[in-house]
Amino acid sequence: MWEYTDKVKEHFLNPRNVGEVENPDGAATVGSLACGDALKLTFKLDDQGRIQDARFKTFGCASAIASASALTEMIKGKTVEEAAKISNQDIANFLGGLPEEKMHCSVMGREALEAAIAHYRGEPAPTEEGKIVCECFGVTEEEIARVVRENNLRTIEEVTNYTKAGGGCGNCHEAIQEIIDRVRSEGKVVTRPKLSNIQKIKMIEETIDREIRPALQQDGGDLELIDVVGNRVLVATRGACASCAASHLTLKQVVEAKLRELVWPELEVEEVTS
Amino acid sequence: MNAIYLDNNATTRVAPEVLEEMLPYLQNFYGNPSSMHTFGGQVGRKVRQAREQVAKIIGAAPEEIIFTSCGTESDNTAIRSALATNPGKRHIVTTRVEHPAVHSLAARLAQEGYRVTEIPVDSEGRLHLEQYAKSLSPDTAIVSMMWANNETGVIFPVEEAATLARNRGILFHTDAVQAVGKIPIDLKNSAIDMLSISGHKLHAPKGVGALYVRKGTRFSPFLIGGHQEKGRRGGTENVPSIIALGLACDLAAQKLTTENTVVKELRDKLENALLDSIPRCRVNGDRVHRLPNTSNISFEFVEGEAILLRLDEYAICASSGSACTSGSLQPSHVLRAMGVPFTMAHGSIRFSLSIYNTEKEIDFVIGTLPGIIENLRALSPYWEVGDAVCARVEG
Repeated sequence: MWEYTDKVKEHFLNPRNVGEVENPDGAATVGSLACGDALKLTFKLDDQGRIQDARFKTFGCASAIASASALTEMIKGKTVEEAAKISNQDIANFLGGLPEEKMHCSVMGREALEAAIAHYRGEPAPTEEGKIVCECFGVTEEEIARVVRENNLRTIEEVTNYTKAGGGCGNCHEAIQEIIDRVRSEGKVVTRPKLSNIQKIKMIEETIDREIRPALQQDGGDLELIDVVGNRVLVATRGACASCAASHLTLKQVVEAKLRELVWPELEVEEVTS
Repeated sequence: MNAIYLDNNATTRVAPEVLEEMLPYLQNFYGNPSSMHTFGGQVGRKVRQAREQVAKIIGAAPEEIIFTSCGTESDNTAIRSALATNPGKRHIVTTRVEHPAVHSLAARLAQEGYRVTEIPVDSEGRLHLEQYAKSLSPDTAIVSMMWANNETGVIFPVEEAATLARNRGILFHTDAVQAVGKIPIDLKNSAIDMLSISGHKLHAPKGVGALYVRKGTRFSPFLIGGHQEKGRRGGTENVPSIIALGLACDLAAQKLTTENTVVKELRDKLENALLDSIPRCRVNGDRVHRLPNTSNISFEFVEGEAILLRLDEYAICASSGSACTSGSLQPSHVLRAMGVPFTMAHGSIRFSLSIYNTEKEIDFVIGTLPGIIENLRALSPYWEVGDAVCARVEG
């Protein structure tokens, strides 16, 4: 049995925004019956250019349905430009994480969003371009390279988890390895400037306020930064989080991952009671 | 809430009588059956009785039974033994729909340089017997063919196939873990040389199995060690579980009629009611030559894992051949071998019953599943355009 978070289960059992928007401004279907999952996304803009309504239909497993439901919730109220910035990792984070083997569901969400935005802008769907590497699941070289880059993937198995590429006959494994090697040798060894303590604390505070608290508050929870000691980030949970058994997992999987990504790679989040 | 357990081809509950029978051998009678003292000797007698019980359910002699740790070990032992005792032969014949215990081993043997022929099945999961006959050659060391399929319940004509092999001097092994206890098996006048049994498929605990090896069959052990099992399987016997397997076989033989009447009727009731009340679904596999407890149904345009997890909300346990449940990204190799279209393969659900299921449980599933399918289809982008998509995918 897959280990789904409560949020994945909740969105699977009670999916939001099911259906199709009438006369949509953007619409796209990605995936296929043969692949085992597909997502049709439609959205409509209000007169301010914000996504007023977004709806989905999904053929797929629990995490595919939950990812699509999450996606519609995430893009509502955003401008197209804002929505376009949503990554597959954002979708997974919104759901409190997905099993590694199911990350392709979040990628499918991001692909549908991009394709629907491309449709709105009158551009060709980005996933349809480029050379097919995985014949079984119709995954292109560009798509694999992009997912490797954005999710910092290292192995063929990870690429399969995120894109399905390589999960069929296996004939493309060599080609996938070459893409991984190429992307990883693109020489983007990011050397981060050393942060002063003040800068570090400020960035941690900003990141928590911007990236983490809004999502927690939606569920009636909250998070407070108590102190930063070296690379240890001491936080206290509030509201629903304080009594939630899964909050420890959320802290590690979501909060720590986000802070490591956006602030400093060696940060460790610890929960304190206060 | 008590689970409604319709996943008995995955594993079964330990029969209460079986549990009671084995417990003293975990508590008081812990002696080693190989020991010289009476304390161990009384355990040895009990193991002997279990061997007789296991032999009886398949019409074999006790000395033809080797206890193992599971069905997979039995399968591996049988096939490796046949290859070891026929060193000049480099060909293996099996089928496309075997359990991974045989399927993956065959793939490994192909890597080791053996030639492997996998006999295909038709759209009903029936074996192409003519192709099978043609595949046998003087170079063939062993045929390994399952008696009944774990996913669809389809029964292969193993006796006929075994006779064809014997006439050519080829060893014949059958993985019968799904068949023993569900259909009558009698090896007295059979051409089958080796047969695998698994304890936990017939209400004994997990971790015990048996391999039948016909008297006079050359044999090479898989586990090398002590003199247990007459040197055919090293390792101290899993005494409590072996005793459990013995009684479980006894009980299964007694319940064989129940299995083929009461359980079969419940299965048929479930299957027919679902086919009647849910549009666009179908049974996978030959409905005539089939285990009495198994029903594999595909619900078009919905995905199996989603169905299972919705069923799980009602504590209904089943399984699926969909890609998402297998972790392999592709639907089950059995359904693919049968050419089940993708629209159907991803939405397949296997119900496998046991003598412990009640009519009330079946009625509850009949009342619950149609709503789940309807609900998931309302989410599916393919549902309203069903016919058009179907034609494209199948064409």
